Amino acid sequence: MTALPDGQADKSMTELLLAVGRSQDIDAFETLFRYYAPRIKAYMSRGGGSASAEELMQETMVAVWKKAALYDASKGAASTWIFSIARNLRIDAYRRERRPEFDPNDPAFVPDEAPAADVAMAAFQDAGRVQRALLSLPADQATVLKMSYFEDQSQSAIAAALDLPLGTVKSRMRLAFDKLRTLIGGEPS
Amino acid sequence: MSVIHHLNDDLLVSYAAGALSEGWSIAVATHLALCPDCRRRAAVADAVGGAMLDDLDAAPSEDRSWQAVRARLTSGSEPEKSHPVASPQTLPQPLRDYVGGDLNGVRWQALGKGASQLRIKTADRATQVRLLRIPAGKPVPEHTHGGRELTLVLTGSFRDGDTIFARGDIEDADASLTHQPIATPEADCICLAVTDAPLRFSSWIVRLVQPILGI
Ligand SMILES: [Zn+2]
Repeated sequence: MTALPDGQADKSMTELLLAVGRSQDIDAFETLFRYYAPRIKAYMSRGGGSASAEELMQETMVAVWKKAALYDASKGAASTWIFSIARNLRIDAYRRERRPEFDPNDPAFVPDEAPAADVAMAAFQDAGRVQRALLSLPADQATVLKMSYFEDQSQSAIAAALDLPLGTVKSRMRLAFDKLRTLIGGEPS
Repeated sequence: MSVIHHLNDDLLVSYAAGALSEGWSIAVATHLALCPDCRRRAAVADAVGGAMLDDLDAAPSEDRSWQAVRARLTSGSEPEKSHPVASPQTLPQPLRDYVGGDLNGVRWQALGKGASQLRIKTADRATQVRLLRIPAGKPVPEHTHGGRELTLVLTGSFRDGDTIFARGDIEDADASLTHQPIATPEADCICLAVTDAPLRFSSWIVRLVQPILGI
């Protein structure tokens, strides 16, 4: 799979997802399905759990359809939003743990100071840019990220699998993320 | 009152990847509720997941999968969940869900020296999660731990060495650190503590009561 050249493909995915949210556009949804279903199935089959990857993929796509009206393009690209739905269903199915998440409507929630980070937001909404940044990581850092994102492995499981000290795994993750943030430019501070 | 001590990147990445177990994730999610800066970094970590999904090798989708999903689509989108909550609240979500309400309903369990705790149950056996209440000006019993310890301040503040931690701040301590957080004198300090091994208190008296208290 090659990186998207300039984020165009993902931009259209974002527009399709917005169309599903706005008007339950079934044609838009089918295009999304044709693109994401095989990827989600591949993602689910890497978790190594007992639930069928096909079933989890279908659950994810049905959830995408149902929740599409909640998708907010200013918070991230379509693939980011769809990834988060797939990830949560996978945790549910394979680990039987809850995934605690903050609630933006909670009275104790501390809101963003200003929605001024438009430029920074745009940067990581561009999935092609994130993909290119990923391709530039050294192999040892990319491996640690892939084991986390695709195989759902804890830091200590990665350390055991690669026969590395836990501290090395943590520092590779930090180095990788630092480099990604610099390349993507999504971190204003 | 903005947060000074933030989440380390490895926690944010593991959380976004879905690879962080439930106990640690409670501390991460609670900090994210209180910290717009870390939410921005978390959004980048989510975007990495999205790009990785894009990057996966994909066979063409199968028609029977599409037909199966299409048959499951209903019209009318899921109503947005709204469950108005009385404000103000001291504990952010999702911590309130685990505690069973806000701080005023907590049934504290004495730990000795005026300190008390509430154990929080999770499905995650690799961690221990608790609320700790340390009386104003008093230390948390000195302890070392077998692995990592995350301490997130919810009310009041504590000092560890020269560093002050206040609401929203997170202290990320590893196994090598023997530390002695002390609540600052103005108020009791309540914090969320997550450890990946049972705490080992250094003082003999606490070690003596440790089995009884089950800490
Ligand atoms: Zn923070």
